[in-house]
Amino acid sequence: MASIAYLPEYDRPHTYLNDRYSIWSWLLTRDHKRIAILYMITITLNFAIGGMAAVLIRLQLLTPHSDLIEADTYNKLFTTHGVMMVFFFLVPSIPTTLGNFLVPLMIGARDLAFPKLNLMSWYLFVIGSAMVIGDVVAGGFDTGWTFYTPYSSTFSNYHVVLGILGVFVAGFSSILTGLNFIVTVHKMRCPGMTWMKLPLFIWSMYATSLILVLATPVLAITLALVALERIFGVGIFDPRLGGDPILFQHMFWFYSHPAVYIMILPGMGVVSELVTSQCRKHPFGYGFIAFSSLAIAIIGFGVWAHHMFVAGISMYGGIVFSLMSFMVAIPSAIKVFNWTATLYKGSVAMTTPMLYALGFIGLFVIGGLTGLWLAALGLDMHVHDTYFVIAHFHYIMVGGAVTAYLGGVHFWWPKMTGKLYPDGWGKIAAFILFLGFNLTFFPQFILGYLGMPRRYYAYPPEFQVYNVLSTAGASILAFGYLLPLCYLLWSLKYGADADDNPHDAAGLEWQTSSPPPTHNFHTIPHAPEPYDYANMEFLHDDIRPYPGVKHT
Amino acid sequence: MSHSADAPLAVAEHPHDPLVAEQFEDLDQQHQAGTLGMWTFLATEVLFFGGMICGYVIYRHLYFEAWHQGSVVVDSFAFLGISAGGWNTAVLLTSSLTVALAVRAAQLGQHRVLVWMLILTMILGVGFLAIKASEYTHEYHEGVVPGWGFFNPDEHIRHDLEHAADQSGINPDLLHRQFQLFWCFYFFMTGTHALHMIIGLGLFTYLLVQALRHRFTPVKHAPVEIIGLYWHFVDLVWIFLFPLLYLIR
Repeated sequence: MASIAYLPEYDRPHTYLNDRYSIWSWLLTRDHKRIAILYMITITLNFAIGGMAAVLIRLQLLTPHSDLIEADTYNKLFTTHGVMMVFFFLVPSIPTTLGNFLVPLMIGARDLAFPKLNLMSWYLFVIGSAMVIGDVVAGGFDTGWTFYTPYSSTFSNYHVVLGILGVFVAGFSSILTGLNFIVTVHKMRCPGMTWMKLPLFIWSMYATSLILVLATPVLAITLALVALERIFGVGIFDPRLGGDPILFQHMFWFYSHPAVYIMILPGMGVVSELVTSQCRKHPFGYGFIAFSSLAIAIIGFGVWAHHMFVAGISMYGGIVFSLMSFMVAIPSAIKVFNWTATLYKGSVAMTTPMLYALGFIGLFVIGGLTGLWLAALGLDMHVHDTYFVIAHFHYIMVGGAVTAYLGGVHFWWPKMTGKLYPDGWGKIAAFILFLGFNLTFFPQFILGYLGMPRRYYAYPPEFQVYNVLSTAGASILAFGYLLPLCYLLWSLKYGADADDNPHDAAGLEWQTSSPPPTHNFHTIPHAPEPYDYANMEFLHDDIRPYPGVKHT
Repeated sequence: MSHSADAPLAVAEHPHDPLVAEQFEDLDQQHQAGTLGMWTFLATEVLFFGGMICGYVIYRHLYFEAWHQGSVVVDSFAFLGISAGGWNTAVLLTSSLTVALAVRAAQLGQHRVLVWMLILTMILGVGFLAIKASEYTHEYHEGVVPGWGFFNPDEHIRHDLEHAADQSGINPDLLHRQFQLFWCFYFFMTGTHALHMIIGLGLFTYLLVQALRHRFTPVKHAPVEIIGLYWHFVDLVWIFLFPLLYLIR
């Protein structure tokens, strides 16, 4: 694979990146690939803001009674961290970046079903982000990302409405993305691409889109009611007017629990792709993995009140939701077993994406098992609203979703940019991330079990050692995030050029150039057998894109 | 979207119908995709309204007496012996008929009929909004618009409420608050519905303009069908709201 020297303008291959260069060709693009890049930039900025809030939180928690941050400001910080990370980073992350980029390519289409709607979706997202960031700059809001009433609807004296409206607007961005994916997968598959020939990433994106489309409107109406209550002094959730604060919790969690599946399902889809390609093996139990995505989506709608076990719901209600929560773990476990079976006797290459995939599997298992702990009614009484919960969901959302996102960005980086990143640095960053992450969040399990409540800006001195470990881990984790940012951007200018299929992976996206032309394919392909590694020719084993990597 | 150097090959492979957007292979795929897109969007709207309706139904169960009183007041505003809600239902159902006729006209290429049906639908839509506006005005004068400092029901309504409190044994102050909650729901639900109607009127304006420019043919008239679907859905929401709000006894 020779490096492509710079040829004269008229000879250079036309890709979606050099189609046109003006700022308007980007801001008014309808190309799903360009929109994916626009999203990637936006969510990275949002991640940075949410991350800065986390840094301040961890600094405050270094000492038991720190004077670094006042109580009210602390409340605003964890609210900002939660809102930015959940609504403005994790929910969009994989769907709007990797999803937007890859869904048409993987099914052999020229674009999504509704390209203009896709662009509008990005603009709505930017407006929503700007509203929340503007709110934070104007003084912030302190209700927690969960906006519980009656505090959010009546008593908070900060800028709640603007924050709510920002999330509301971003919600429509999600809905339109999901709608686009559903119609695209139903109606725009290339000839011969039956449902059971779809890549597993597409199955995950489809299941995610179902949740996006059905759950997000409930959040929209719930937040709209809170906003109206604040503005007009009317009360659906105000007990003084006969309202019920618990109704808010039911309606809020009816969206927000499926939302966590929006955050993890795409990650699982990415891991399926990473594991199969880096092991050069047909996925074990393709059908099981595919349908487990749908099962997670469906059962996930039925577990919301496990966030409310101590809120005053009936014991019988608690039993039902506890049982459902145990059941929703089953399809996730099915995926883990299938990935493991795929790894077994695979031709494993320890590349950066593979490290991220393995990290995902281990950390997701820990996060998932501690979720079962929380689903058990008796245990939840003890650890509800403690750091145990925080550790649990960070294991899934950071150890799972963010790890998968990074793994996917690395894996498809050559396809998206036409450049290879230095894999040595990639592996170093992956290790640093894994180390930093575990040091940050494992002590939090212990903290929670010992009784430290969440959302507290001070704590009893006996908890200090774990908090210090956690903050130390956070500093390492931060470095782990900065590294990829550096070398990935470096590779854009100085990286080696990638050919069509540097990983020798199966999938239609690898059948076109890196980066692809605007119209994705010269001619619409006919659907191949999926994951046909047994019959593939591997072109890169001698000409290693990643020096030192051997397939076992 | 600009064409890359590869485009000449692609175009030669596949001469593109100017009526079909670039991402679609043919008109049929475009039509199917658009229709599925609208159905999916309507599913999101079901969840959107469904959340509110679910809350309303829960409170109806908990606060039946107050809901009953609210419904009596809502239903009391009448023209010619039929409540405003009844007139609204008649108007909207007729507009769904005109929409269906418009779609049929588009499919058959009957240009004049299509234009008139679109105009008629819009007139009926505006009529609905006018009746709603008069209802809101009436309710404002009766003092039942909720909000701190706003909610101040008229004498006869207060009298009915006290009577109901006596009959049912509920604390009058509690009943008063529950009654206000009913009005919160009433205005949220009908207000959101009216907002969707206004959006629908905007969409029909677009359709009318396109129809006047002869853009719809028996082969290509998908927008009429798709926007027609949206209008039918808004009508369907009203079919749910009307019994829930007006007819509870």
